[in-house]
Amino acid sequence: MRFRASWAVILAAALLVGLLAYGVASRRADTSIDDAIAAGERVDAPDAELPVLGRGGEGSLADYKGKVVVLNFWASWCKPCTEELPLLERTHKAIAGRDATVLGANYQDVSDSALQFVRRFKLSYPSLRDRDGDFADRYGSRAFPETFVIDRSGRIAARRRGPVDQAWLDRTLPPLLGEKA
Amino acid sequence: MRRLLALALLLVFTTGAAPQASLPDIEDEVMCVECGTALNISTSAVADQERAFIRRQIALGKDKQEVKAALVDEFGPGVLADPPSSGFDLAAYLVPALLALLGVVGIGIAARRWRRQASPAAPAGEPLGDEDAARLDAELAAYDRR
Repeated sequence: MRFRASWAVILAAALLVGLLAYGVASRRADTSIDDAIAAGERVDAPDAELPVLGRGGEGSLADYKGKVVVLNFWASWCKPCTEELPLLERTHKAIAGRDATVLGANYQDVSDSALQFVRRFKLSYPSLRDRDGDFADRYGSRAFPETFVIDRSGRIAARRRGPVDQAWLDRTLPPLLGEKA
Repeated sequence: MRRLLALALLLVFTTGAAPQASLPDIEDEVMCVECGTALNISTSAVADQERAFIRRQIALGKDKQEVKAALVDEFGPGVLADPPSSGFDLAAYLVPALLALLGVVGIGIAARRWRRQASPAAPAGEPLGDEDAARLDAELAAYDRR
């Protein structure tokens, strides 16, 4: 009897440790996008139907098929995110005529607060509302802002985990804008 | 007249307004969505924004459930402190139940063991014969005299 009871305790403890290990591993950020880009490959951009901030209805990356998309994850509570919004608006205006767009993904934000920044910086590009953060999770997002450049075939060609600057955009965008779908 | 009075009293007691929502009452039941901790212990910028959102909802006259519904509408179901009952998060419900079950089984096994140890030993052998009984009485009497 004692033998059987001790095995039951060991089994229960092993199950708990296994469960804990699985829980920790499953919550680790996905690095597959970074790995692919580091290897010089392009991966299909994860997509989802999400509400459009301040405009009603839903939108997704599929709506921009054939365009170069600068997908920027941002939130009104994230200071570096709001600081780069004017640069992204200028970029959007510069590339809009070349079959390209900036697309915001507003991450776990109060929509009224996000809209205040849209109005303050007169953002003309749309933002999708990633209200529960699942969309960002699929991009392996860890800290914000994060920006992904998606080519005309819907594949991620470049990513920036942190604020973008003019130099990075100047280096990244022209070759992609010159590509055909 | 009495009927009218009774009806009025009944209405007062049955249709009373929902209790006024308060920030402390709500923030321990929702999460800081970005930090992954309960809102009442979070000091991050996003937590402050959530608290401001809750205050605005309360100011609009919403009760607790309505405020929580507005939070879910804004941030998704993950904003509620109850873990979702699907996928890996189901473990949050199953593991405590399993541990409780194991505890009950463990207590049952231990109790059985203790009862067995505490019960008096069964009398061994046959009862004493008259001669042996007389000898035992004599020995005990001699022991008492010492």
